Amino acid sequence: MSGFARHITRSRLFWAVLFLATWVLSQFSFQIYKALDARWIIRFPKKYQLNFDVVVGDFMDWLVNTANFWLFTFRDMTRAIAWVIEIPYQFLRNLLIEGFQTGIGDTAVQIMPSLSWIAVIGIVIAIGQFARDWSLAALSGTCFLYLAVFGQWESAMITLASVLVAVPIGAIGGLLLGILAYRVHWVELLLRPILDLMQTVPVFAYLVPILILFGFGPVAALVATVIYAMPPMIRVTIVALKGVPKELLEAGRMMGATQRQMTWKVLVPSATPTLMVGANQVIMLTLNMVIIASMIGAGGLGFDVLASLRRLDIGGGIEAGLAIVVMAIALDRTSQAFSERRMMHARSGTFLNRHPWTSATLVIVVGTFLLGLLIPAVQTYPEVLTISTGTFWSSTMEWINVNFFDTLDALKTMLLKGVLLPVKKFFVGIPWLWGIFVTGLIAWRIAGWKLGVIAALMMAFIAASGLWGKAMVTLYLCGVSVFIAVLIGTPLGIWAAQKPKAGRVILAVMDTLQTLPSFVYLIPVVMLFRVGDFSAMIAVVLYALAPAVRYAAHGIREVPPQLLEAGRMAGCTPRQLLWRVKLPLAMPQLLLGLNQTIMLALSMLVITALVGTRDLGQEVYIALTKANAGQGIVAGLSVAFIAIIADRIVHALSDTQKQRLGL
Amino acid sequence: MNKPVILDCRHVWKLYGAGADALFNDGKTPDAETLAKASVIGAVRDVNVQIHQGEIFVIMGLSGSGKSTLVRCLSRLVEPTAGEIEFDGRDLLSASDAELIEIRRKKMGMVFQQFALMPHLTVLENVAFPLEIQGVDRATREASARKVIELVGLHGREEYYPRELSGGQQQRVGIARSLIVEPDLWFLDEPFSALDPLIRREMQDEFIRLQNMLKKTIVFITHDFDEAIRLADRIAVMKDGKIEQVATPEELVQNPATEYVADFTRHVARSKVVRAQSHMEPATSDSFAGDVAHDATIDSIADEVERADLPFRVIKDGKVIGQITARAVIDVLVGRS
Repeated sequence: MSGFARHITRSRLFWAVLFLATWVLSQFSFQIYKALDARWIIRFPKKYQLNFDVVVGDFMDWLVNTANFWLFTFRDMTRAIAWVIEIPYQFLRNLLIEGFQTGIGDTAVQIMPSLSWIAVIGIVIAIGQFARDWSLAALSGTCFLYLAVFGQWESAMITLASVLVAVPIGAIGGLLLGILAYRVHWVELLLRPILDLMQTVPVFAYLVPILILFGFGPVAALVATVIYAMPPMIRVTIVALKGVPKELLEAGRMMGATQRQMTWKVLVPSATPTLMVGANQVIMLTLNMVIIASMIGAGGLGFDVLASLRRLDIGGGIEAGLAIVVMAIALDRTSQAFSERRMMHARSGTFLNRHPWTSATLVIVVGTFLLGLLIPAVQTYPEVLTISTGTFWSSTMEWINVNFFDTLDALKTMLLKGVLLPVKKFFVGIPWLWGIFVTGLIAWRIAGWKLGVIAALMMAFIAASGLWGKAMVTLYLCGVSVFIAVLIGTPLGIWAAQKPKAGRVILAVMDTLQTLPSFVYLIPVVMLFRVGDFSAMIAVVLYALAPAVRYAAHGIREVPPQLLEAGRMAGCTPRQLLWRVKLPLAMPQLLLGLNQTIMLALSMLVITALVGTRDLGQEVYIALTKANAGQGIVAGLSVAFIAIIADRIVHALSDTQKQRLGL
Repeated sequence: MNKPVILDCRHVWKLYGAGADALFNDGKTPDAETLAKASVIGAVRDVNVQIHQGEIFVIMGLSGSGKSTLVRCLSRLVEPTAGEIEFDGRDLLSASDAELIEIRRKKMGMVFQQFALMPHLTVLENVAFPLEIQGVDRATREASARKVIELVGLHGREEYYPRELSGGQQQRVGIARSLIVEPDLWFLDEPFSALDPLIRREMQDEFIRLQNMLKKTIVFITHDFDEAIRLADRIAVMKDGKIEQVATPEELVQNPATEYVADFTRHVARSKVVRAQSHMEPATSDSFAGDVAHDATIDSIADEVERADLPFRVIKDGKVIGQITARAVIDVLVGRS
């Protein structure tokens, strides 16, 4: 007994009592409400509910209909933005798919065809070779060839056109804002909370206002994409510029560089490798968003997936999904190669000698253009030669469902009954008032009273917006998914760190998983498990697995070798070495991985609303279909608040661990 | 010292911490106690130095002594909290941004501890960079750059990128870059500290060779006392932001002003610092074994003088100013005073 008592430190007692109290209240909230006849215990009273969504809705109305900046209306401004985006987008569409025409409708005359499929693949190959080597060129060339052969060319080119418009705007805009934030301190102070919020507000939430401002169509989709993809570039730019060695800046100043020279001749060029990492992120986020934004009219591969999902056309969905995967891989590897590319020695000689790739590409472009006038197959990949895998996938899925339905269903039922439903019951049962109090208490205990107050206020906002129930469903789905992702991911990461061979494979798979647009994950899950919480959970786990693995591997690898030697010399078995030395030291990294996992899970959760969850994501999705900006923003903010609370708490945990370890 | 003063630095302070400026409001200078009370850190405290044309002025101090901050105050990379700095007859601290840019473009050069080369530029482009900043056209600046590269012995590596060079070679690029504008005042901030001992020695020799050709006015920062003694015309020893002593290497070794300076000089081989004129006596002998220069170190003449039976004449400006005996040389060598 005394030994037991010694184990219960005050801290453990605190958590145990807190959990017990919450559990009891959650179990019996309904009975308490009946006994006291106080319905407010389980439901936030309607008459005190905040009408924030109405306020936002009215504001949007005002913006669209009456807002006026002396010389021009808000409407004019959105039209101007639309126009700026529309022109390059239309040009690229013409260049890649439609060809250039004069006249409208029936009188349209084609004056120039689009780039032939061979020319596009040629350009892709040349870029790959230029960025790294022949193997990259072969990889990305094959990827694009796949798109042609498997009949995804047109949709893929529409998606590519969107990406090619959004990436420069996002990357350059992000770079400029980042530079401004680096140079002007208050800009950084102003941007930081906005960036934090942008990163946590689910993408669907700002699709709604954009839909209202720009209308349904590619332009709205591109605006949303740019807004989504720019924040990481701003962040990376600030970090990259701050990372430029101080001496380099002093050297610049001692040479008498002006502000402008300092920025463009010293800072930006020497930060280029890191900036390219940011550009890679912009490209991948752009692709992700262009797919999602098919909901507000982006078209392309994303639209194909969405349409197939709605029709439950299994084959079509997988075909389009695979095309997205292939394109993501090509874009990711190529842009990554650019970020790792080092300055090369310039070639000398004639134009042909100095620019062999540009020249070769020009030859292909012009050559296929001329040939294409004679032979249509050169211009457009012949339809008879396309291979459709749709029926193959449909029948495969059918076969799986016929033969493994019972197994899959049993697995689903078991997890649902054993894990998901009890956890759901626990979270949903928590009375809102107690929930607010407990969140504040946890945040206070771990990260100090400031966060405690903020967390409680944020939860109160959610409750007062009438979203408590849905928020609890979000919490439960996120919690279970993150738990499972960490349960699978951490051992995988440890394995990857300890066995280099396995590690290379695991980390390569994780890298690829992370480059896939979130939409893609829904396809196989829906095919196998239909709609519902279980499908959502699986999709979230798949999407959020990568950071858990990566950070675990990183944390274990970073353990100083002398400590491992010390452990071994003290006679640790490999098992002891792992549990007593490596894991404790890797704890801060594991926690950061947990944090990333939570963030990704929350962002994915909103997208899984498409497969029928009843959480905040659904609320946002409903708002999107009804074009109700207020509802969408309030629900989006609620998700963001949950994300912010989780992020701060986990960061505080990680910091405490780091301090304890003296790192 | 009869050469003109190029850089005159009077009562320069650099304090870090909130409310540092307020300490000077009443016109008085704060003491250590006031600083501690205001929880302000005194990185540079009441420093006075005059740097003369053509001399190598070494600022020596351990890490945290404020030597790097001081040199940054002198070049105004860091804004001093108080004091006056006069460069080439003009008040450096009141210079506008535009004037400062002009001064740095034409009159100052600086070499950095970690080389501070632009990673995206070749050796040639790096060296030509200061001229590029000034808007000099490509052909002219590259021609000048090639000359300086030749001077520092990197001929043939013009097209290399910094990452393809060794540390010593990278610092040669750094030196070439700082010399291309032919600065009047040359700052070197621990230029050889990041190099291996053998390379460091080689670079010191290289530096001496260059200085014999160029005769620049130099402010050289180091934490290495041996390096200071080897290169300096005069040394300023710094501790806790204050200058403990400014003197020639010989004076420093002969008469350390404080216990702190003595700690450094104690282990220095005196024969390498002390010069013939300090240990000569009036020329009384009738015949001599030979002549030595008045400023030759004992170390360099020891072998010769010790072997001879007769004393040597000490010559300055062609005149005999005394004699030095084998006994005097041995005294220095064995540390008898």
